[in-house]
Amino acid sequence: MNASAPAEVKMKVKVRRGDRVFATSTVVAGSLILALLAATAIFLVVESLPALSANPKLLPGAPANVWAYVAPLAFGTVWAGLLAMLIALPLSIGIALFITHYAPRRIAQALGYVIDLLAAVPSVVFGLWGIAVLAPAVLPLYDWLVKTLGWIPLFTGPVSATGRTILTAAIVLAVMVIPIITALCREVFLQTPVLHEEAALALGATRLEMIQVAVLPFGRSGIISAAMLGLGRALGETMAVALVLSPALVINFALLTSNNPSTIASNIALTFNEATGIGLNALVTTGLVLFVITLIVNLGARYAVNRRKAFSGAN
Amino acid sequence: MNLKRYGVAVAILATAAISLTACASNEAAPAATSTSSATSTPATGTLNGSGSSAQANAETAWVAGFQEANPAATINYASVGSGAGVAAFISGGMQFAGSDAALTDAQLAGTFTGCAAGAKGIDIPNYIAPIAVAFNLKGVKTLNLDATTIANIFNGKIKTWNDPAIAADNPGVTLPATAIVPVHRSDSSGTTNNFTDYLAKAAPAAWPQAANNVFPYPGEAAAQNAGVASAAEAAEGSIAYLEASNTGTLSVAKLKVGSTYVAYTPKAAAAVVDASPLVASREANDLAFNIDRTTTAKGAYPLVLVSYFIACQKYTDPAVASLVKAYASYVTSPAGQQVAAKSVNSAPLSASLTAKVATSIASIK
Repeated sequence: MNASAPAEVKMKVKVRRGDRVFATSTVVAGSLILALLAATAIFLVVESLPALSANPKLLPGAPANVWAYVAPLAFGTVWAGLLAMLIALPLSIGIALFITHYAPRRIAQALGYVIDLLAAVPSVVFGLWGIAVLAPAVLPLYDWLVKTLGWIPLFTGPVSATGRTILTAAIVLAVMVIPIITALCREVFLQTPVLHEEAALALGATRLEMIQVAVLPFGRSGIISAAMLGLGRALGETMAVALVLSPALVINFALLTSNNPSTIASNIALTFNEATGIGLNALVTTGLVLFVITLIVNLGARYAVNRRKAFSGAN
Repeated sequence: MNLKRYGVAVAILATAAISLTACASNEAAPAATSTSSATSTPATGTLNGSGSSAQANAETAWVAGFQEANPAATINYASVGSGAGVAAFISGGMQFAGSDAALTDAQLAGTFTGCAAGAKGIDIPNYIAPIAVAFNLKGVKTLNLDATTIANIFNGKIKTWNDPAIAADNPGVTLPATAIVPVHRSDSSGTTNNFTDYLAKAAPAAWPQAANNVFPYPGEAAAQNAGVASAAEAAEGSIAYLEASNTGTLSVAKLKVGSTYVAYTPKAAAAVVDASPLVASREANDLAFNIDRTTTAKGAYPLVLVSYFIACQKYTDPAVASLVKAYASYVTSPAGQQVAAKSVNSAPLSASLTAKVATSIASIK
């Protein structure tokens, strides 16, 4: 006892070099991400100041002021993201539930691999697919929607002749975010305590009721986080939207016409190359707005997750 | 196990390195055994330029042709867009620029950091690309249009193909009642700038907008020439403006010039540049053109994009100056122009313009 006690004390005091190096490197990594974020924010603010104070006549399209230029783009970004989430979220939850609770183990595993593979396809490929395959394929459906449901503001005509509408772009975005949301939801659903599920079943619940009372409430905060990560990807997606969408600087809820609100990221990609002077600053201003939108989305997600933590069943 | 994993990483890196270097030396391009244009003593050194994406494919062919004739010389051209290219040239980051627009008076009033003290940049036309008005309409292969009709189609006033305004230009052609789908570029481009410049000057009443890189009206839009072409091919009744080499399966309209209708040809595109005046009050060796969109010269096609090779009047380093001169001479020589015409269907400079350009290049010090 006596012999080993001093040794123990000594071991506690001595910090090995490897430990110290590792601890320092994690601190550096952690602060680096903050520094990067700050650097980006500073760049965006500094570079967008000239556009805020400039004569609006010099801005692209000569709008009334810089916000008249940014507003349609901000609207388009959020609108395309929301449409994509409306399509992707139910699908992803369905796929994740199928994998975790319905499919035989081998099919579930294979399906999981396929979903992950989808996440590895570069966005420009999705864009080309959107133009070459999706747009012509959905055109007859769009035609029908405008003809029969044209009285609903969402489906007013004239229908786009090429199918490159905001709805097509939203479908492409949905396909791109499905892998992310599905993968996260799958992990969350797998964490559901087996005791909860078995308790529900023992009380006479069907499988659907078991999912309703045990799996979904437990996974709610996880689903929200997954959705927000997916939304973040959809908001920032550039190439696919730039390729697929037929954009215009408008605020417009119509889903099937040629005049679609453009998104911030795709607008930057399309006009950056030939932009000069104040036009360049205006583009950075839109980037700043996207930065703020993303920040709000993330804070909202954090808030929603925290608020629901008490009911998640994890405690 | 670990060794194996590293092996894979190394292999990937090696492949990447090889494919990257393969891209860098443009030897594989379909160019040009035209060694005749090379200067008597092979040029040496490295030249960096950037700018117009319209010129990019032509530059690739030129760089390959030039480096083949001058193995000791390296030319790098980055397609970053005209605006960025000119900015990089003015700030001295690049030794030359490719630009779809000539230097502005404001730019010429400033200092060119990359040039010798007091020297300015000069514009040398090196790339003429006809812009085609192409359409996709079942049963109609030829179409005559005047500028006002085109303007009214693209601003949305004319909505169907059997509109009297179109019929008036096309006696004897049966036009269907198909809706017109005008397709424009969604990205900012010199092609749009030249197209809107043409409409603003040739049809000011129907097109009360100044020339702009961004298309001013709503409508169907797609990115890049290729995107516009595929959108137009997909939509029945579409009409689009695009660089002539991209028309693919689309039919091409003739434009009204004076009292006749002119189809785009390389010769007709070069002819309008010859018929156009130079921008006033510039240095004698600055060949910035004010393209005459309302020309009535016989056989001239006024809807063209003229892109410039922008160089310094005087460089601080004579070695750079001689390399710029050698490269610019090759690019604007008949052989160089043929290389571009073959690979991207540009319109070779006319003989008289070639002579003017040669004088201008010779004045670079």
